[in-house]
Amino acid sequence: MTITTEALREVALTRVEYDQVVELLGREPRPVELGMFGAMWSEHCGYKNSRPLLKKFPTTGPRVVQGPGENAGVVDIGDGIGIAFKIESHNHPSAVEPYQGAATGVGGIVRDIFTMGARPIALLNSLRFGSLDSPRTRYIFDGVVGGIGGYGNCLGIPTVAGDIFFDDSYTGNPLVNAMCVGVVDNSAIMRAKASGVGNLVVLVGADTGRDGIHGATFASVENPEESHRGVIQVGNPFLEKLLLEACLEVLQTEHVVAMQDLGAAGLTSSVVECASSGDVGIEIDVQKVTRREQGMNAYEVMLSESQERMLVVVREEGLEDVRAIFDRWDLHSDVIGRVTGDGNVCIMDGEAVEVNVPASFFVDQCPTYVRDGIESARIANARAFDVDSLPDLSREDVGDALHALMASPNICSREPVVQTYDHTIMSNTVLPPLAGDAAVVRIKGTNKAIAVKTDCNPRYVYLDPYVGGMHAVAEAARNVSCTGAKPIALTNCLNFGSPEKPEGYYQLERAVSGMADAARALETPVVSGNVSLYNESGNEAVFPTPTVGVVGLIEDVSTAVGMTASSGAVLLLAGQHSATIGGSEYLKQRHGMTAGAPPSLDLDLEIRVQKFVQDAIASRMVHAAHDTSEGGLLVAVIEMLDGSLGSALDFSCLASENGGRLDRLYFGEAASRIIIAAAPTQVEALRTLAEAADVPLAEIGRVNTSGVLRMDDATSIPILDLHDSWASGLKR
Amino acid sequence: MRFGVVTFPGSNGDHDALSAIELGLQQEVAPVWHKDRSVDGFDALIIPGGFSYGDYLRAGAIARFSPIMEAVTDFAQQGGPILGICNGFQVLAEAGLAPGVLLRNANLSFSCRWVHTRVETGRTAFSNGLQPGTVLRLPIAHGEGRFFVTPEELAHLEERQQIVFRYCDEYGNDDPLANPNGSTDSIAGVCNERGNVVALMPHPERAYDPLLGGDEGLQILGAVLRSGVEAAVGR
Repeated sequence: MTITTEALREVALTRVEYDQVVELLGREPRPVELGMFGAMWSEHCGYKNSRPLLKKFPTTGPRVVQGPGENAGVVDIGDGIGIAFKIESHNHPSAVEPYQGAATGVGGIVRDIFTMGARPIALLNSLRFGSLDSPRTRYIFDGVVGGIGGYGNCLGIPTVAGDIFFDDSYTGNPLVNAMCVGVVDNSAIMRAKASGVGNLVVLVGADTGRDGIHGATFASVENPEESHRGVIQVGNPFLEKLLLEACLEVLQTEHVVAMQDLGAAGLTSSVVECASSGDVGIEIDVQKVTRREQGMNAYEVMLSESQERMLVVVREEGLEDVRAIFDRWDLHSDVIGRVTGDGNVCIMDGEAVEVNVPASFFVDQCPTYVRDGIESARIANARAFDVDSLPDLSREDVGDALHALMASPNICSREPVVQTYDHTIMSNTVLPPLAGDAAVVRIKGTNKAIAVKTDCNPRYVYLDPYVGGMHAVAEAARNVSCTGAKPIALTNCLNFGSPEKPEGYYQLERAVSGMADAARALETPVVSGNVSLYNESGNEAVFPTPTVGVVGLIEDVSTAVGMTASSGAVLLLAGQHSATIGGSEYLKQRHGMTAGAPPSLDLDLEIRVQKFVQDAIASRMVHAAHDTSEGGLLVAVIEMLDGSLGSALDFSCLASENGGRLDRLYFGEAASRIIIAAAPTQVEALRTLAEAADVPLAEIGRVNTSGVLRMDDATSIPILDLHDSWASGLKR
Repeated sequence: MRFGVVTFPGSNGDHDALSAIELGLQQEVAPVWHKDRSVDGFDALIIPGGFSYGDYLRAGAIARFSPIMEAVTDFAQQGGPILGICNGFQVLAEAGLAPGVLLRNANLSFSCRWVHTRVETGRTAFSNGLQPGTVLRLPIAHGEGRFFVTPEELAHLEERQQIVFRYCDEYGNDDPLANPNGSTDSIAGVCNERGNVVALMPHPERAYDPLLGGDEGLQILGAVLRSGVEAAVGR
């Protein structure tokens, strides 16, 4: 029998990969086996293009309790408490059905957290869209924001932080990355590792339908709109809430040996992963699986991506207790199989054997590819462009440029979005969205808190993937540091175009290297993550977007600070004085260009600046801190002022290091710098601290009650006008 | 005083209510399961926020048929203090224990932020001892919180002092812009005629610690300590 090209396309395997399957099995695969190989050997499940690259990431450290490879990573914050967290993409579904795509993205990442036995306490999301001027983008944007809120609000998990960025490269392929953070007793972490021959495999939650069949496979091909029709899952957050509470209750018993949620590739991946990581076999009978519709065959049952389902491996003597808990929560559960000793995944359809394959074939034998990347000449040329050859901004135009930047979709207020997310539920939110550079969530029953933030400036990564990758890690960590937290670990979601194109592979490879180097330097190991490749439409890849989510620890929650400066405060710039308009928001806004070299990044200085700010906050010398990112120094200062305040700024001490150019001085971007606000009486002590820490510190202004921003004795702008520009950016 | 917090499938404010009573008010509290049929041993009940039964059909419409609601109704009829918060308001309104109905917010969007509310009467179980005019800063988080009654019903509520909280500006003044959801007459909370059942959309149980942005919710939760004991004794 020869396999048709059509059949191979359906499971997204190459002919060479198919031949590998035949060789492994010593025979042609049965139809269900072939479907399962397609799913497990997809990029989404098998990481076949990224696995060799991911080895570059540092994944260990004194706080790491669980590194990559489980449903989520876990870090120790002391007192036996672990923080479980992970970020994951749901890009392709969101391109086609934005509300459900985003909603089920939230549902999936939340399940990953409570599968570990952790109580989810915070959600974040990192979103990328095309220009809001397009009605299609507006529809996707509204749908995605609605889906995130609709699902998260219903679950009762606060959505506390995130980031949104707009660029035309995302028009046909938006990015929706959801991150969840949970709290777990380190001694009670549950893993997806089946054990104990004879133990029972229980499927609980939603009935299994035809929705989402081939979702994992199709996440790994290009042109989401064409490929995804009919495979989008529909979320039921109410059911997930019951599943969450019931699973956490079941894990309080002694009866559960493993738990694995059903996400991409449904039963296929959860059964295979449970068996493979436990080095055991699992036998299930698809006839025992309760279906949502009649006439489903074994293939459909195994590849369904119906949401809100969980696989639980239970000791036989505990089955009654476990099912009693599920019953109490009105959740349907079926015993669908058993753990076996032969290492095989065996799928029965009544008496018929549909699959009998060693679990390791699906996982360990998944082919991996190391390719040769080549930088795109077009991008190399764009980077080589000398941004200082552009005419400088005249002083008269500073006000206009500032207004335009404040209203830019990439800078303007996220208030209209965050207001639709419940961020006060669970009564832990100390710094809500927009109050600080990162959200701060207290850990009940302790004096501690965590700070969390996602970030990635994709323009920097596009122009220079290595430096941009470093920036993504450094900026997310810097944001966390600005609340007073010490960054302790990170998760990432690698959103890239096709790795099969040398230019795409180059970006992936270089960005991962940059991220790995920064993560190592900042001592923030990578404990979990997700890879989403093939983010392309019309043959054009999205900007390479390695989203980074950082978790930081605050030992004394009462020391945490936000970004709002009080009247009378002195504003000081800690760190880098020199900025560039290369890759900046200003360059895009004013000159319509994505070009030039992005800001350089000196990791040693970065570490010193972050440490200095953490120390200054911990010793209560500083009452506000804010990172300067897109838009540069002036935008950052305005973001620190509430509408009733004003400020007199004097940037003269920075002028020479910015070549005397106003565009660089006011709107240039740079890493390793943080604006801090302090009472005048603290300035001397801060100078001493900065000197000891070898961190440049410059006084750049004072906060007053004038309601006016006065710059270098030359330009004055009412703050309320700027706030109006800022507040209106996302509105129609 | 011993509080009970009712958990329906889909409730998600139950954890906060339990925390607020235990950590904020430092009173005894225990969860009450929706399949239970008794609330014996409790001096006050909280019907918390969330999405009971996924808010399918209509917010609160299914929860009112839960087995526990019979006991809750008896408790109310005996004068027991009951506080319905957010989805709990919707449940009590559906059950006929609180007046009015709750519609989708006027802007058709979920809204999470801090608002100011003014105490309109101190005669209820959960405003006892509070001066009318007292301004409380509380969080809201709802998509269907637009309180609605007809003008006749409104007059009726006014007359019987059943309006307990109104949205206002930070100084306590009426301001249409301070009404976050389009509620009739800026009404944020109401009570039954007797005043023992109070229902409101803002979340006092999320405002029990200055660390979280405010602790003025404790004034509402704590008011029952004064009135509740009398009510409990009277039953």
